[in-house]
Amino acid sequence: MNTMQDNPKPNISSTADLQREVAELMVECLNLEVTADQIIPDAPLYGEGLGLDSIDVLEVALVVSKRYGLQLRSDGADNRQVFNSLRSLSDYIAAQRTR
Amino acid sequence: MPSLPLVSHISPDSIIAWRADGAVSLRQFLAEVGELAALLPAGSHLLNLCGDRYRFSVGLAAAIVSGKVSLLPSAHTAEVVRQIRGFAPDVFCLTDSDPCTVDLPRLRYPAMGVSPPGAFAIPQIEATQRIAVVFTSGSTGTPQPHPKTWGALVSSVQAEALRLGLVRARRAVPLPCTIVGTVPPQHMYGLESTLLMAWHSGNALSHAQPFYPADICQALAAVPAPRVLVSSPVHLRALLDAGLALPEIAGVVSATAPLSAQLAQDIEACCHAPLTEIYGSTETGQVATRRPTQSAEWQLLPGIKLIAEGDRVRACGGHIETPVAMNDRIEPLSGEHFLLHERIADLVNIAGKRHSLASLNHLLNSIPGVKDGAFYMPDETSPDHVTRLAACVVAPGLDAPHLLAALREHIDPVFLPRPLLFVDALPRNRTGKLPRAALQALFKTRRKPQGTRKSA
Repeated sequence: MNTMQDNPKPNISSTADLQREVAELMVECLNLEVTADQIIPDAPLYGEGLGLDSIDVLEVALVVSKRYGLQLRSDGADNRQVFNSLRSLSDYIAAQRTR
Repeated sequence: MPSLPLVSHISPDSIIAWRADGAVSLRQFLAEVGELAALLPAGSHLLNLCGDRYRFSVGLAAAIVSGKVSLLPSAHTAEVVRQIRGFAPDVFCLTDSDPCTVDLPRLRYPAMGVSPPGAFAIPQIEATQRIAVVFTSGSTGTPQPHPKTWGALVSSVQAEALRLGLVRARRAVPLPCTIVGTVPPQHMYGLESTLLMAWHSGNALSHAQPFYPADICQALAAVPAPRVLVSSPVHLRALLDAGLALPEIAGVVSATAPLSAQLAQDIEACCHAPLTEIYGSTETGQVATRRPTQSAEWQLLPGIKLIAEGDRVRACGGHIETPVAMNDRIEPLSGEHFLLHERIADLVNIAGKRHSLASLNHLLNSIPGVKDGAFYMPDETSPDHVTRLAACVVAPGLDAPHLLAALREHIDPVFLPRPLLFVDALPRNRTGKLPRAALQALFKTRRKPQGTRKSA
């Protein structure tokens, strides 16, 4: 199931680095009132956590798409899953990025 | 008493919808409507939460043929659900997703059996039957009900289909089209333009509720041409920015907020299709249309009249059953044309959701621990970007998470303030009023928190 593939992804930044980078993207793109390091990786981005809503998600999705060369899809599943937390979003990016 | 058919399609084999497993014929749709109707509980009010547009349409139709009323509130927060239960104690909800957190008796959308080909008959619905109640947030915080009858809704979407060139009489594109919507059918615009219009123009609806740009492309590609995309400025801008290759589109429809002239042009250029904007409100349903690349003037739907009363304008006639004071500044031109100016100051519109500032302020000040507080709507920075509300409060002893959690109980998250400033006192003048300029200055000085690392 969990095969590691030889993957042409150019960037080999560590999980923490990527999370940091994604957090900075969100803060900048949404003008958030927090700093990147204040976003807890496992705290929910929606609702009680960072308080993002679907308009924010669309904004972040655009920035992320361009930066990492990927397209977010709902694929019938709840599109909130990717945006559950900074960690889930970063993991998704790490798996899907083409640049 | 006059009655109107549930749908205008006639042949049992006409395509009424496209879902993941392909086309749905009218015969199959009606069989599923019958199957669901037989399962509906006794209550006469339904909160239809189905996220799949086809399942929502089966739920709506099952309610209609059973004489039940679909309730369409503007949000589904815990408080709104409590208020809906107060409005209709027998309400139950129909849901197609797990888990469902709405605190109401619930019917899970069933797996439909293979229905035996029974007698085929298109239900006839009395024009006066109340089939839905749509709610606005109301200036007092209590949702205001706006009942909709079958006859009024049908005549409204018939007029819309004619205007968009989607009916046989004045067709601009070959029939039948498939309508792909990014707006939910639970709101008035989505109900009319993605669902009822398909039912009453011989066209089909796509089951999809696409969100990301790639989803929109996928939903379009999944159905045959000709395709009509019914969307909003927020989704259309995202779609354009993403720069994806779009399947062939026959027409684009936008509503919820006016598009800038530039975005309208870009959409037409990118989609190679005409863009029509719809102006309307929850209270009235759609009122007028325009082709923004050709004219800034709006053309009223047939029969609708605008009557100026002081600085407000009332819309009446046509499918509007009781005259409604519009919440925008409208400048009537000739008989059926007008210009739309800025919104009346008390109302905010964020991505198509409207709320009264006065009621938001009332709500903020009624939270225990808030001594004084005010919402503030900053000037728009760019016409096609969503501008957020801000708020400042005097609330020693309260912190932002608690205050936001309290607000979230009552209002849709799009209205949550960003930023939320905690201050020692609001910049009230001697008469106790809060001049907009003073609020503006306050937020300007506090635009970014101290210590933000980002400097460029």
